[in-house]
Amino acid sequence: MIFHRLKVGFHRLGSPPTFHKLCRILSPWLWAGFVACTAIGLYQALYVVPPDYQQGDSFRILYIHVPAAWQAMAGYVIMAILAAIALVWRIRTVEIMTMAAAPVGAAFTALCLATGSLWGKPMWGTWWAWDARLTSMLVLLFIYLGIMGLYAAFEDRRKGARVACILVLVGLVNIPLIHFSVEWWTTLHQGSTINLFGESKMHPSMLPPLIWMAIAVKLMFGGALLDRSRNDLVDQDRRKRWIRDVIGEEA
Amino acid sequence: MTPTRRKRLALVAVIVLGVGAATAVAITALNDNMLYFVSPSDVYADAAPPDRRIRLGGLVAAGSVKRDPDSLAVAFMVTDGRHEVPVSFEGILPDLFREGQGVIAHGHLDGTGRFHADEVLARHDETYMPPEVMRSLEAAGHPPEASES
Repeated sequence: MIFHRLKVGFHRLGSPPTFHKLCRILSPWLWAGFVACTAIGLYQALYVVPPDYQQGDSFRILYIHVPAAWQAMAGYVIMAILAAIALVWRIRTVEIMTMAAAPVGAAFTALCLATGSLWGKPMWGTWWAWDARLTSMLVLLFIYLGIMGLYAAFEDRRKGARVACILVLVGLVNIPLIHFSVEWWTTLHQGSTINLFGESKMHPSMLPPLIWMAIAVKLMFGGALLDRSRNDLVDQDRRKRWIRDVIGEEA
Repeated sequence: MTPTRRKRLALVAVIVLGVGAATAVAITALNDNMLYFVSPSDVYADAAPPDRRIRLGGLVAAGSVKRDPDSLAVAFMVTDGRHEVPVSFEGILPDLFREGQGVIAHGHLDGTGRFHADEVLARHDETYMPPEVMRSLEAAGHPPEASES
């Protein structure tokens, strides 16, 4: 019985007016949570956490760099799951969500690369190195941009989304490469500090802001994903009756 | 699940697994080219030909750094615990460069086994802790292993 109701609820999300309403209700909460978590996280990162024994205060950029990198990769996995659903069930709102995830993921990837570069210059002595970790992360940015470009290249948005969804699945192979690059090959980039299934190499006093920022970027990804999806949906359906009903209700 | 959807789901699985397998094969073939640097032991084992540019990575051996007082020239030993390679460099070193620290030197070996670097990068490990914790670890006689992974 419960399973049946969940299934009905899931199928209702495929209906544009219901999906539109859900995005409109959820997104402000996600954005508010993002602002609150970022405020706590940044305050702790800049004022509470002690400096590092080797890198001094410079290491604090980690509290932007690492959550951005995690979200760039987690965002891709979410996008790939949405792409699989979109390809198998052909639900239009899911296709729209998949395509809305790409620019957000690309932004986090770019943020990760930019902060990494700013951090690399004073610590390593170089802005960039063609090692396995940095290169695979740059490839991730190009994959994101490729998905966006492919989607935009089709006159028929649904056809464009389906073709781009296949590229999303193809690019998924890069995610384990990014993660294991520092283990499989020698790199200039350090190994993993945080291990979910083992001992982390960060002193516990430095961890709380990292957790706050990791939650913050997840909420921001969700907020931006829902907003972008809603905008794309309204744009595609702008001549339809339900939009006129919704806009009329808002105005 | 309808037969059409089952067929599409199989197609999705084939794409993911197929691309994964193809990439695994390509990566295995390219494995050596994916390394950013080689260790002093690799240099000894391969007897790396002189004048071929390589990146040498390891730790700066303790007590080995010699600076020329009149210029930016500096000489040090890079070690991986088993072998050491003497390195000369002229230029500005990164802030993190110090004895016991990981470095990556880009340059070439000369005929005598000395490595001439034209770029030296510092490599830090994955450990982060406050200075007081480091001091108490040292006082207890357990400095963290400088890991080279």
